Amino acid sequence: MVEQVQTRIMDFIVSNYLFGDVSRAPAPDESLLESGIVDSTGILELIQFLESDFALEVKDSETVPDNLGSVANLTRFVLERSPDAEPAV
Amino acid sequence: MCGICGVATPGPPPDAALLLRMVGRLRHRGPDGSGYLRDEGVGLGHARLAIIDTAGGAQPLSNEDGSLWIVFNGEIFNYVELGNELRSRGHAFRTASDTEVIVHAWEEWGEEALDRFNGQWAFALWDRTRRQLVLSRDRLGVRPLYYAHTGGGLMFASEVKALFADPSVPRTLDPAGLDETFTYWSPVAPRTPFAGVRQLEPGYVAYLDANGFRSHPYWSIDFPPRGEEPGQDARANAETLRDRIVEASRLRFTRSDVPVGAYLSGGIDSSVTAAVVARHTDAPLDTFSLRFADDEFDEGDYQQLMARRLGTRHHEVVVGPQDVAEVFPEVVRHAEAPLLRAAPAPLFLLSRLVRASGYKVVVTGEGADEVLGGYDLYREARVREFWTRDPSSDVRGRAAELLYPWMARAPGQAPAFARGFFGMHLAADDPALSHRPRWTSTAALKGLLTADMRARCAESGAPLDLLARLPAHSAGWDSLARAQWLEMTTLLPGYILSSQGDRMLMANSIEGRFPFLDRDVVAYADALPARHKLSGLEEKYLLKRAFADLLPPEIVRRPKQPYRAPDAASFCAPGAPDWVGDVTGTDALAAAGVFEPRLVQGLLTKARRSGGSGLGNTDNMRVLAVLSTQLLHHQFVVGDGGDDAAPATPLTAIDLTVEGQP
Repeated sequence: MVEQVQTRIMDFIVSNYLFGDVSRAPAPDESLLESGIVDSTGILELIQFLESDFALEVKDSETVPDNLGSVANLTRFVLERSPDAEPAV
Repeated sequence: MCGICGVATPGPPPDAALLLRMVGRLRHRGPDGSGYLRDEGVGLGHARLAIIDTAGGAQPLSNEDGSLWIVFNGEIFNYVELGNELRSRGHAFRTASDTEVIVHAWEEWGEEALDRFNGQWAFALWDRTRRQLVLSRDRLGVRPLYYAHTGGGLMFASEVKALFADPSVPRTLDPAGLDETFTYWSPVAPRTPFAGVRQLEPGYVAYLDANGFRSHPYWSIDFPPRGEEPGQDARANAETLRDRIVEASRLRFTRSDVPVGAYLSGGIDSSVTAAVVARHTDAPLDTFSLRFADDEFDEGDYQQLMARRLGTRHHEVVVGPQDVAEVFPEVVRHAEAPLLRAAPAPLFLLSRLVRASGYKVVVTGEGADEVLGGYDLYREARVREFWTRDPSSDVRGRAAELLYPWMARAPGQAPAFARGFFGMHLAADDPALSHRPRWTSTAALKGLLTADMRARCAESGAPLDLLARLPAHSAGWDSLARAQWLEMTTLLPGYILSSQGDRMLMANSIEGRFPFLDRDVVAYADALPARHKLSGLEEKYLLKRAFADLLPPEIVRRPKQPYRAPDAASFCAPGAPDWVGDVTGTDALAAAGVFEPRLVQGLLTKARRSGGSGLGNTDNMRVLAVLSTQLLHHQFVVGDGGDDAAPATPLTAIDLTVEGQP
């Protein structure tokens, strides 16, 4: 389950922010902001992705780097919020 | 206002046909006439937009004995005062033009004449006695001047396309110029987007003679040490600033033999300049404004408020995404640079409106943000600086959320990330503390480059080489002054005054005049205490105070709205013009070798899913960078940038060569 969610998130990041350039795919713990992969406005796309693909509702108070700042944090956040998370698509 | 060009060659005299071809390519800059001069070793060309001494000011023009010749683009606004002084020193004038004042001033004072000029210029002087060519450009880079070394000689011109009129000048994109563009938004002079093509730095003079080519600054941006600013009283400073801006505006409105109009953006700066010039005419002033079909960008209410207040004859052009897409190739052909924003395109449409209304000259508010502390970047830097003093402070970090309330997708909507973004690269001793977020986020564009181009870009040295040019004593300046130096060295000349300024105006044969970039306004503003420019987080504090009585309170109090146009949304919605697909096709991308085709397709697929709207800042810049760079390659590397128009008539032809003598 962890792997499945993480793969889905990584796929989104590579396709949405890196346009398929897997050579620049971040390490799971790498900061998406500091690596320049996601800019401060691009974070909204990440929220939309979580809401549509994992059927989560992300509250404003949850839009913090501890939840959304890296692939590992995102994976943990998704699994905590919905332990049975299956990608909606 | 005009276009200039020329050739210096150690061989036979330059070919008249080449000079005419170069002048023809500058026809939009000067549709009222043209001229050229041939001499042993040099040729000068000129395309004329007749504004001062419309009857007598044809160029090239010389001194009394014909030993010193000039071609000149721009205005010397204090030419009347300088002319009187030179007459009293025995100089005989044949015209009433500011051009002739430059010639006599150079005879009288040599290079020191430049210090006396209050204006915006690029000129070339040919000294027949010394066999010396002199090139000079105004202090802040209002007027352009490019050059290329060619086989022992030199070519120069107001625009690159005139250099490319000589097929022997190589036409390739410069990876270092692209690297600077994908960091600062434009190359920094002397670099340009084209390999082998240089631009004279703002505030520089250059000489070419038997000793070769050399250049040096006659002026540079400078600030007093923090705390040692000469005037510390805000009320007195506001009064003096007002006097200087009023005088600068008066000179720019009255020193013209054709009518002068004014831009009104809806912001404070152009409201000030329009309000001041309106006092110098009994006839209604003509004002010109840009409207946007999309409310997110439109400032029509404020423009109309100001126009009503001044009782002007007001003209507007309403711009939508399709208009931007339609003119964008022409915009890039004029800008001669990659563009990370679509914002120049509406300004092209605005100057077209000015031309259609019978005007040749407009006064605008350009430069106030740089000179008087108006940019959000300055506010952002102040927050970052405040933060560096206690990086762990949550309260200090939260100040970042005060920034950018105007953005529809403001970082404040994901506040922790806004903080994360503005909190990156925080180092108290970083002289570029102000510019790191912009440079870092812009550099994300390089992720789209081909591996080869990425490697070649990495050799450019940006941004380290720029920081090395900061004067050593800048460590004693206020941090706002360092931010201003960076802004006035990079974005102001490289983008604001060129791609959004001179090029979009001159594309439709319109001269822009900028009171806030007046020599005496800039000198005064640079010496002000930083807190009189940015007071807390209130931008342009002293300017607002100085002109509070001339402006409606709604305009003084409104939150600053940066000038923006629809970016990716102009090109990625259904119904985009064919050129978008043409320049982003695999063949076109491979031919340019700049961007990785697979990544570009991924970007465009993403952008088109939402019709280009709702994209983040970086993706908007990516789309614009790809489209403009590809257009630039198509027009200037595949093509040669020219439309080969004939030079405008009447034509002044002067031949001083041996073969030209009867």
